[in-house]
Amino acid sequence: MSNRKINMKEKYRLLTRDLDWEYSYRDYKEIFPQEEFEGIKITDWSKWEDPFRLTMDAYWKYQAEKEKKLYAILDAFAQNNGQQNVTDARYVNAIKLFLTGISPGEHQAAMGFGHVGRQLGGVGARVACQMQAIDELRHVQTQIHAMSHYNKFFDGFQDFSHMHDRVWYLSVPKSFFDDARTAGPFEYMVAIGFSFEYVLTNLLFVPFMSGAAYNGDMATVTFGFSAQSDEARHMTLGLEIIKFLLEQHPDNVPIVQRWINKWFWRGTRMLALVAMMMDYMLPNKVMSWQEAWEVYFEEAGGSLFKDLARYGIEMPAYAKTAIAEKEHISHQAWSIFYNYGHAAAFHTWMPTEKEMDWLSEKYPNTFDKYYRPRFEKWREMEAAGERFYNPTLPMLCQTCQIPMGFTDMEDPTSTFYRQSEYDGERYNFCSDGCKDIFDHEPEKYVQAWLPVHQIYQGNCGGPSMEDVLGNYYKINLGVDNMDFHGSPDEERWNMWHNLESAENKLKRAS
Amino acid sequence: MSVAAITPTYVGERRDRVENFHGNQIVYVGWDRHLMFCSPVAFALPPETPFSKLQDEIIPGAFSQHPDFAQIDWSAVVWHLNGAPFSPSRDKSLIEQGVDHKSIIRMATPGLNGIKGSGS
Repeated sequence: MSNRKINMKEKYRLLTRDLDWEYSYRDYKEIFPQEEFEGIKITDWSKWEDPFRLTMDAYWKYQAEKEKKLYAILDAFAQNNGQQNVTDARYVNAIKLFLTGISPGEHQAAMGFGHVGRQLGGVGARVACQMQAIDELRHVQTQIHAMSHYNKFFDGFQDFSHMHDRVWYLSVPKSFFDDARTAGPFEYMVAIGFSFEYVLTNLLFVPFMSGAAYNGDMATVTFGFSAQSDEARHMTLGLEIIKFLLEQHPDNVPIVQRWINKWFWRGTRMLALVAMMMDYMLPNKVMSWQEAWEVYFEEAGGSLFKDLARYGIEMPAYAKTAIAEKEHISHQAWSIFYNYGHAAAFHTWMPTEKEMDWLSEKYPNTFDKYYRPRFEKWREMEAAGERFYNPTLPMLCQTCQIPMGFTDMEDPTSTFYRQSEYDGERYNFCSDGCKDIFDHEPEKYVQAWLPVHQIYQGNCGGPSMEDVLGNYYKINLGVDNMDFHGSPDEERWNMWHNLESAENKLKRAS
Repeated sequence: MSVAAITPTYVGERRDRVENFHGNQIVYVGWDRHLMFCSPVAFALPPETPFSKLQDEIIPGAFSQHPDFAQIDWSAVVWHLNGAPFSPSRDKSLIEQGVDHKSIIRMATPGLNGIKGSGS
């Protein structure tokens, strides 16, 4: 090696495009066997514009700097007993949901981008995917580290990755990523790179990170800042893949449109978890789910799809339904978790009077009419010592795997039912979006591992609740689950802050 | 094309075949306008279960916590099976009257519309 200094442009070329070589003794199709079966036509990979403009050596240096700062703050958070400074112990349940439901998704994304970073024929796209794979791996690691401190003081964190693979509601994010990762490489890129990272990511990260900031959770806020510049890069990759596919061949347009329809719908269904987190689990509210949806989907997404119209791409097929649902889904999702609070690895509760008033104000068309009476009834039952739990397992949607808790936007008091028959068997869905996804590729979704059916088949540790929840899910019964009121989490929190529990207050008053 | 796969003849495993439920079949029951129960519920029942058993034992076990439940006039209940109007015979089994694996039974209770009429 000579000591000759190479300029940035040359270095960039050497560390990206120049990593490729001419395949002289193997057929291209043998090397990239997954490039054609989805029907996508690529005529010229050299037209790919590298979105990151980042070389590996610069990447290491930059990420190492961020890690140093992140871990310094995490140390300080631990040393200063940061866990005591969050707004309220109820808040920590949002972090439990994040660690069990979202962090394993970062790991899934790492594996997905690692796979696609091998399968795409263009070297520019491969290098970009490989960098994103490393980002995703860093995210899951730093999230686990950031949240590990809470594991010392609160229940429900201890078996997050085991739970992700088994617990009923965690099959929602798990099956989402399983679906993407078992698709071809281009669908994966449209699913995760574009639909998720570009169109919907702000609806996931902004609520969680600003939620953390509003609720004194410096560990999570700091992680959020550390991931932010990565997310910006991921968005540019997501946009590049779409533009590249649409510019390569007109036959790609309908395929890409169908993938956008599918993954927008799958993403919005999964975001019901974020919606309820924002409206119900944050003691200090940032904004309502409806407001976040309007800013980050209707405004930002609206202008994105205007921009894509020149390629013949339209708004996702089920955007109208999703927009109508913005006034309902957080309440419906929280109702599901309240119903099955005995089977969740975090605590649930009914909003306080003040919180109910906030919900009425933020949801003037729906909250008082449809949800307040239900919640007041539940509060009444709790006060009478009969906290409501649903005694029967729920019916799940075959595609999104969420209990069928969503209603008809034409009549929000009616459950929305859809059914298909395929190869002599019935399949049931929560929405037209989920039904259409199944109908297009039934051979994929007949394989869905639906937690309720698995329990009834005897594949989840045994027939009793203790077998399933305790042994198979590894939920510490009576500790990790049930209502927040009366939980060990609440008791410890009150002890740290010399607060009296609601129960004791009642006792003293009577 | 019923799936986009590298193998043209790809077939997926049918994970919820009735044979996998050890003699039971899955039956879903939803009570219209009573969303205090957040979604319809799922039961694993022998196909030979008489409808009377479903109505008298199984449904009460699922829904009796609701204050409307005790008010139900069972002769006035409007039933649907997989979206179509349904007149169940109490003495016949589920399977005899078309309630097969993964069927949805919906019951509407006229005049009872949930807590304060809110559909809950």
